[in-house]
Amino acid sequence: MSSAPGPTPDHDVGEDAEVVLSVRDLDVSFGTKRGRASVVRGIDYDLHRGETLAIVGESGSGKSVSTLALTKLIPIPPGRVTGTAHLGATDLIALSEEELVRVRGQRIGFVFQDPMTSLNPVHTIGRQLTEGMRHHLGLSEADARDRAVELLAKVGIPSPARRLDDYPHQFSGGMRQRVVIAIGLSCDPEVLIADEATTALDVTTQAQIIDLIAELQADLGMAVVWITHDLGVVAGIADRVLVMYAGEVVEQAEAVTLFARPRHPYTVGLLASLPVLGDTERGDLAAIPGLPPAPTSLPPGCGFHPRCSFRSDERCATERPPLREVAPGHLVRSFYEVPEEQSRRASAAARIEIEPPDVRDEGVA
Amino acid sequence: MSTALLEVEDLHVHFSVGRGRDRQTVRAVDGVSLRLERGQTLGLVGESGCGKTTTGLALLRLVEPTSGRVVFDGTDVRALSKRDLRAWRRRAAMIFQDPYASLDPRLPVGESIGEALDIHGLHQGKQARRDRIGHLLERCGLHPRVADRYPHEFSGGQRQRIGIARALACEPDFIVCDEPIAALDVSIQAQVMNLLNELQQDLGLAYLFIAHDLAAVQHVCDRIAVMYLGRIVEEAERLDLYREPQHPYTQALLSAIPIPDPVRERERERIRLEGDVPSPIDPPSGCRFRTRCRAVFDTCERIDPALQEVTDDHRAACLLHGEVGTPVTS
Ligand SMILES: Nc1ncnc2c1ncn2[C@@H]1O[C@H](COP(=O)(O)OP(=O)(O)O)[C@@H](O)[C@H]1O
Ligand code: SF4
Ligand SMILES: [Mg+2]
Repeated sequence: MSSAPGPTPDHDVGEDAEVVLSVRDLDVSFGTKRGRASVVRGIDYDLHRGETLAIVGESGSGKSVSTLALTKLIPIPPGRVTGTAHLGATDLIALSEEELVRVRGQRIGFVFQDPMTSLNPVHTIGRQLTEGMRHHLGLSEADARDRAVELLAKVGIPSPARRLDDYPHQFSGGMRQRVVIAIGLSCDPEVLIADEATTALDVTTQAQIIDLIAELQADLGMAVVWITHDLGVVAGIADRVLVMYAGEVVEQAEAVTLFARPRHPYTVGLLASLPVLGDTERGDLAAIPGLPPAPTSLPPGCGFHPRCSFRSDERCATERPPLREVAPGHLVRSFYEVPEEQSRRASAAARIEIEPPDVRDEGVA
Repeated sequence: MSTALLEVEDLHVHFSVGRGRDRQTVRAVDGVSLRLERGQTLGLVGESGCGKTTTGLALLRLVEPTSGRVVFDGTDVRALSKRDLRAWRRRAAMIFQDPYASLDPRLPVGESIGEALDIHGLHQGKQARRDRIGHLLERCGLHPRVADRYPHEFSGGQRQRIGIARALACEPDFIVCDEPIAALDVSIQAQVMNLLNELQQDLGLAYLFIAHDLAAVQHVCDRIAVMYLGRIVEEAERLDLYREPQHPYTQALLSAIPIPDPVRERERERIRLEGDVPSPIDPPSGCRFRTRCRAVFDTCERIDPALQEVTDDHRAACLLHGEVGTPVTS
């Protein structure tokens, strides 16, 4: 079981649960005019049944590509994928395109950031929902439509039967994202990959969608890979977190541990630079200087060393640090760990001076 | 009472959409009153479509207000002639979420900044102009040499710095910052917020900071105004708003902001707001928030609540604080 305080999830997650997806040594590169760009460099993780794994990092850090590559949703060539990714007994990387078609949408569901690009504007949402179910589950048109109505109801679309023949533009942004989730779930996938699924939404709608996915996850037992740059969202939903930088996992830990005791200078820097509600400070934020590197011009040594204010010595500039287990289940790719006191000071928990207002009473406090 | 730098009273911006019989009015901004002191930052928050951008544009007359008063440092902005408006514009600038939109992709960025100088006849003469452009870039953390490069050669964060340099070109007292960090990576957001902060300290700028990220708003703003369907529903000092939100919408909005601390985040109670914001074409009668409000009671559809002072220097528009407002006629 995860050691998360607060409400314990009612599904079985963590070490004891069955591994549904096991990724080893995943490398993704692209051929470019300026040579090969290494976008993902040797990623390993296990995803357990019912678990939520968050992948965080800046744009270009390899979050999306590392998951798109699992079912070759990137153009190959110029892309190249090596390593293994076992979904149950099947190694996805070794599958042919034909075989992958049966995995995508069926065993692995996707929810992307922009519902307008994942939905086809010229087809009704009913057609887009039933297509996969007829194809993958072999349902008749009538059965698929019945199930589509059920799914739309489940994701909270009012009067779903009437909306089946509507087109995407007839829905609001939040409702469209619900439709995309319904499609992602339509074939009861073992794994749902949500890539910045709530980034374009208002926080109020985001909260609705997060609750919805958590409920469905508890019901169906699926595992979720949640890709986001929003550390607040991660804090709310993740069992475990992978922090990516320049194509590598730089830190991996249980969510509670990662936020309370981050150890990689990048993770610490990221947390320290966040404005946090309830932090009364008004001065400068502890920004990380500089920019992340382009995948075509990765620095030698540690990918983060040009921006690292923690140590960044000769060794950091020349030698690539290995991913080390510094505590049970806590992996860090750095020669130097940020000491406890400094790391705790960066955490939001230590910076919050005013507690969130109590909202249990209706109306005015 | 001191005179504020900017005073806005009952601002309306309505758009007509459709033709003939289908003609409808979008009440994008529908009675907004605001006050901003010199050198201070006022945050404007609310869900998308609630009218934040339109308010910002209307303050600078980049869209024409339908009615209301905008007084900037004693000048009635709506009364300015076309010519006077041009001169006045020097004092107020705007930066956008996507600096691409404000930079001409075919112009070297130095020229985009130069254009802003030329419009107001500032720093004329080749050398003076070039020096000024270089200085502005440097002020925003970029090397003067980058003036010759094109927008696509920069990262999002660098482009936002260029957008800021361009806004500073006319030496304004006031800048509308519309979601200036929303499109940036987390590690870059802090850099840009620090830059805005530093410029404010050094140049005495006042900002209207439009954003949906309440944590960022709380960090950079002196006061915060919460907007819903074209109206300000609450306005208070930044920590006061967080400590004791008085409007049910503000309470719901605050409870939806994720806090990057798993312990607090998982223990917290949330107010679930169901559904979407109603259309600004046909807002609900009485209180506009009543269709989503968990505290709604029968009077809410009969009185349109006025923004009133509910505690010291803290205003809210909700009938729970007294039935003050405009009765609905029909
Ligand atoms: N030129 C326009 N014509 C018609 N409607 C508009 C126009 N500009 C904005 N609106 C509408 O006005 C409302 C407020 O928009 P906006 O000010 O952009 O909100 P925000 O910045 O808070 O997201 C929205 O419903 C929007 O669609
Ligand atoms: S006036 Fe009524 S509906 Fe509006 S916010 Fe207050 S209680 Fe809710
Ligand atoms: Mg806007």
